[in-house]
Amino acid sequence: MNTFLSLVDGYLGNGVTQMLLEGTRDTLIMVFVSTFFGYLLGLPLGVLLAVSDKDGIRPNAVIYRSLDIVTNVFRSIPFLILLILIIPFTKMLVGKSYGTEGTIVPLAIAAVPFIARMVEASLKEVDKGVIEAAQSMGAGDFTIICKVLIAEAKTSLLVGVTVVLGTILGYSAMAGTVGGGGLGDIAIRYGYYRYQLKIMVVTVVILVLLVQIMQFLGMLISRKTDKRRL
Amino acid sequence: MSKVIRAVNVSKTFKVGAETVTAVDNISFEVERGEIFGIIGLSGAGKSTLVRTLNLLERPTSGQIFINDTDLTRAGIKDLRLARRKIGMIFQHFNLLMQRNIIDNVCFPMEIQKIKRRDALERAYKLLEVVGLSDKAKAYPSQLSGGQKQRVAIARALASNPEIILCDEATSALDPQTTRSVLDLLRKINEELGITIIVITHEMSVVRDICNRVLVLENGAVAENSTVDELFKHPRSQAAKDLLLIRNVDDKRRAI
Ligand SMILES: Nc1ncnc2c1ncn2[C@@H]1O[C@H](COP(=O)(O)OP(=O)(O)OP(=O)(O)O)[C@@H](O)[C@H]1O
Ligand SMILES: [Mg+2]
Repeated sequence: MNTFLSLVDGYLGNGVTQMLLEGTRDTLIMVFVSTFFGYLLGLPLGVLLAVSDKDGIRPNAVIYRSLDIVTNVFRSIPFLILLILIIPFTKMLVGKSYGTEGTIVPLAIAAVPFIARMVEASLKEVDKGVIEAAQSMGAGDFTIICKVLIAEAKTSLLVGVTVVLGTILGYSAMAGTVGGGGLGDIAIRYGYYRYQLKIMVVTVVILVLLVQIMQFLGMLISRKTDKRRL
Repeated sequence: MSKVIRAVNVSKTFKVGAETVTAVDNISFEVERGEIFGIIGLSGAGKSTLVRTLNLLERPTSGQIFINDTDLTRAGIKDLRLARRKIGMIFQHFNLLMQRNIIDNVCFPMEIQKIKRRDALERAYKLLEVVGLSDKAKAYPSQLSGGQKQRVAIARALASNPEIILCDEATSALDPQTTRSVLDLLRKINEELGITIIVITHEMSVVRDICNRVLVLENGAVAENSTVDELFKHPRSQAAKDLLLIRNVDDKRRAI
């Protein structure tokens, strides 16, 4: 392993391997932590959207329309603009607006409306007949949400997580352009400012590999846990 | 003794754009305890809508539904949920939870009622025995045939010890042989457990095979309400005559 590292170092320059490894670690931390917090808010929001829509279990035009508009507004703000807009908020929350911590906040916030829409779409795929069966058994709304909607949409929700991870990884690389840390930061600093093409290419290759691996694992897990096709 | 189900002047209208569709038109009927009561009519006659008003999955636009003399249309949400537990329901497309195995599907109504897992499992295994699927406990719905899925649905409906079971076209997705075995199972349940069963169908053969009495629907209204014997001997309404005719054609087709 060490010989491999020094080999790569020899090719890219001293200490670069270490930097790339740290960059990969930072990127993964940013992506997973912000996706986690994104779901903390996005999942309930998506459930509310699915439940309050016309053919949901508790239709409520006022709630649906308001959440719908808020979600759309947030989704249509370009990520970099959002990142800059919420800098005061980010500073208040984590003390700084750059680096790994400073990027997690805007990433998570950008993820929320996106996640909410994915969750909403997944839950709406659940067969109306099964929901009706649960209602005929005297199930309350909360039981139906947890044990029918979310449980039956499991496969689709997992595919959603995979898509979200990929998207957030893309955003995190973008955040690198404004001091966000991680692989995006490295690609910009070396590839763009110092024009060290080799380092930039390697960074991009790592990003591509990360997306591929996440995609592969996510799809594998969702397929393996799907009981509709056995 | 009191009637187990009493529908009084039940109507249900739907707004479709600017138009109103009357799916159920001022229907009244009573069901005796322990009966197998048929509701028959052509497609669009309002059978599904009517049966869905019985457990208030569809709230009637007007009229009342009495279950054991309790007016469900006046019950609060809590009481309604409690009442629904005593009314099992099975569907044309089974409506099983596809991500749960068979035994957990049967446990589902008991989970809703917060019955202890161990007791629920024990009861679920007994019910699978009743419907002849003990060996499928750990299988998933996608691994079962239509007839087997409907048996699971029946076991699930029985799980909450219902007084009534509503069947909406429970055999319409099944072949004649499987239909017969599912109907036999329903009759057995009716005889051995004394559960009142409402059977919705568009096939006279189903009515003839298991029902005691039958309500003939046409365009959302009652065309005829009589015993099955009476209906087959002296159909009074045109709707009943038409349905009997279709059945004769079907029988002849099968004979060929
Ligand atoms: N949710 C709804 N919105 C609008 N119209 C409806 C709705 N549900 C039922 N209808 C209408 O009410 C009428 C009766 O429908 P229903 O499903 O009760 O008939 P059915 O006798 O069960 O028919 P089938 O044998 O095809 O199942 C039909 O004209 C149908 O289009
Ligand atoms: Mg129907």
